[in-house]
Amino acid sequence: MAGKSRKGGSSLWPMKASHALLMQGVALLIGGLVIAWFAQNAASNLARRSMQLDFGFLGSPAGFSMPFQILSFGPTDTYFMALVTAFANTLLVSAMGVITATVVGLGLGVMRLSHNWLLSTVSGAIVELVRNTPQLLQIVFWYVGVLQVLPQARQSLSFGDVAFLNIRGLFLPAPIGGPWSSVLLIAFFLSLALAPLARRYLPLHPRRSSLLWLVPPLLLIALAFSLKGWSLPALKGFNFAGGMVLPPELVALWAGLSLYTAAFVAEIVRASVEAIGKGQVEAANSLGLSSWLTLRLVVLPQALRLMIPQLTNQYLNLIKSSSLGAAIAYPEIVQIFAGTVLNQSGRAIEVMVIVMGVFLIINLAASAALAQLNERVALKER
Amino acid sequence: MTKARRTLLKTLALFAGSVLVSASAMAQSIPAPGPTVEAIKKRGELNCGVDAGIPGFAFQDASGAWKGFDVDYCKALAAAVLGDPAKVKYVGTTAKVRFTVLQSGEIDVLVRDSTLTFARDIDLGLTEVAVNFYAGQGFMVRKSLGVNSAAELNGATMCMLTGATLELNIADFARSKGTTINSLLFEKSEEAFAAAESGRCDGYSDDTGSLAAARSTMKVPDDWVILPDVISKEPLGLHTRDGDYRWSDIVFWVDAGLKTAEEFGITKENVDEKKSSSDPFVRRLLGLEGDFGKKLGLDNEAFYRAIKSVGNYGQIYDAYFGPKALGLPRGINNLWNQGGLHYPLPFR
Repeated sequence: MAGKSRKGGSSLWPMKASHALLMQGVALLIGGLVIAWFAQNAASNLARRSMQLDFGFLGSPAGFSMPFQILSFGPTDTYFMALVTAFANTLLVSAMGVITATVVGLGLGVMRLSHNWLLSTVSGAIVELVRNTPQLLQIVFWYVGVLQVLPQARQSLSFGDVAFLNIRGLFLPAPIGGPWSSVLLIAFFLSLALAPLARRYLPLHPRRSSLLWLVPPLLLIALAFSLKGWSLPALKGFNFAGGMVLPPELVALWAGLSLYTAAFVAEIVRASVEAIGKGQVEAANSLGLSSWLTLRLVVLPQALRLMIPQLTNQYLNLIKSSSLGAAIAYPEIVQIFAGTVLNQSGRAIEVMVIVMGVFLIINLAASAALAQLNERVALKER
Repeated sequence: MTKARRTLLKTLALFAGSVLVSASAMAQSIPAPGPTVEAIKKRGELNCGVDAGIPGFAFQDASGAWKGFDVDYCKALAAAVLGDPAKVKYVGTTAKVRFTVLQSGEIDVLVRDSTLTFARDIDLGLTEVAVNFYAGQGFMVRKSLGVNSAAELNGATMCMLTGATLELNIADFARSKGTTINSLLFEKSEEAFAAAESGRCDGYSDDTGSLAAARSTMKVPDDWVILPDVISKEPLGLHTRDGDYRWSDIVFWVDAGLKTAEEFGITKENVDEKKSSSDPFVRRLLGLEGDFGKKLGLDNEAFYRAIKSVGNYGQIYDAYFGPKALGLPRGINNLWNQGGLHYPLPFR
């Protein structure tokens, strides 16, 4: 939207730069007035009911507990900690969903492009079925239709007496950390993140710098030795105690989110691959590359550029749809914070503002990260 | 940006000022029957907030007509204020929005199996008018578990609905006993019932009134048992907005009137005969003496019409929770002289 094209007279609505500035100012003013009007409305309504905007409730104890969390949270923690814990649960299922949706979607997309009739038909059927039914319905289906037919706690499927599967979830042995375990765990993740950066920026010989990749596995081995032991799940009272559990709510939401998004990802993959000129494939074939190598080395790298902006939309949708977990008792931010906390504290406006802010932050961050990736892979015109 | 911020600041200042003004206005008295009743009369309809659908309290039958214990309270209020129990617009509300709907003025009164609490009275700017149903949170578990009391539920998982304080009560109870009970929160009862039925949870938790309703919807109700323990006090009742105490007075006394009617044996059927009674309380309630209706800004027949249209408190209870309906024993919901807690203030 540079001024240049405007002056050329080819623009839809030719105007001088000063006029354009004026129009933008007017638009900004109208926008500002609308927002001010909303604020005034909310403020006067609040005043009429003698209520004030107050975020102080975040410091009071929550009193309730959550059935599943990756951070530790108990009834004596504050509402703020409830927010953080529910936020972590939302992030967990979103991250799991984005990864599986990408992998499954890529698989389905490539399958659909295949010349093998069976593969492409199966993929097409899955994509159309999943894409054309409501997502909430699918999540409830996974939860009620698939996972609730699992056996009761006392008739669990046992895997070598260390892992158990029943309607309450998948129970796995959990490591019991020693004094150094958490430090080593953090070091492991840091090394994973820093190794590529170090390889790029440290003045090392390529062959020597690839030795850096030995650091993470070494840390992992050290971590294994630092453990005190394993906590095994065992049937106790109503349910299994000990170990760790993958609850069916998480699995159902994960499956529902990833499969639904995977169907769209598959279509994006297919469209992007088909957008790559036929000549590219023919050139690769004439060089003697196999069809797999053609796909991997010639087509996919170019198609990736086209995919990223569309994938961004799908990922953002997936993150927002994680709030559907409220329907099947997954303790994510909408259920816990906009449900339980809102109801207990009665701070409807404050709670909704926080929840919207949180989603805005997650999505802006995700979209910024993908925009950066897009910039890196985009065709550099020189 | 700075402009918008300045406008916002101005708005906030304005808003602070109006808080002061409205606070001083609050001290003034309102002539009976108050602005809410004026609005209801002008509209010709009572906007009554009820539960969006739960057996017993408020539900729609096959023809779409609203029925239920709370619905009858709406009818009694409409009969008292407008003279016609049918002039009610029912607004089905979920647990999440019920108080916002009342605060915003969309409904005149909330009769929705809602617990009267400090926070709702003070923080939400509502008036806790009267208790029409004494409930308490309880548990329903499968008989096959062999559990006899809530104290044996250590480590159990309970399914329940979100939007109330069920999970808070359970956490409080477990903490006081030094045990843990996990709560799985569902948005809708269908999914919660399905999860309990399939064995994802060991049981289902809700207020005693709603538990009886939940049990009736299970595939085999006899497989389920409601544990005798009640872990919380849930006085369910009538909410109005702060600011119109005249309307709150009317709601309060209509509730008291329905209970007084039971106390003095006035029923839907015999209310006309009772007009010839010599008992001063009966005569005052039915508007033959004392101008009680008029003093509220209504007419003296107001309570007579309420009783005539829905019956007395005991009749309403029996119609929806009695042995022929959900079969929930009256227990503490009896009148005070029958061993219960309902103690209507005297009409004098």
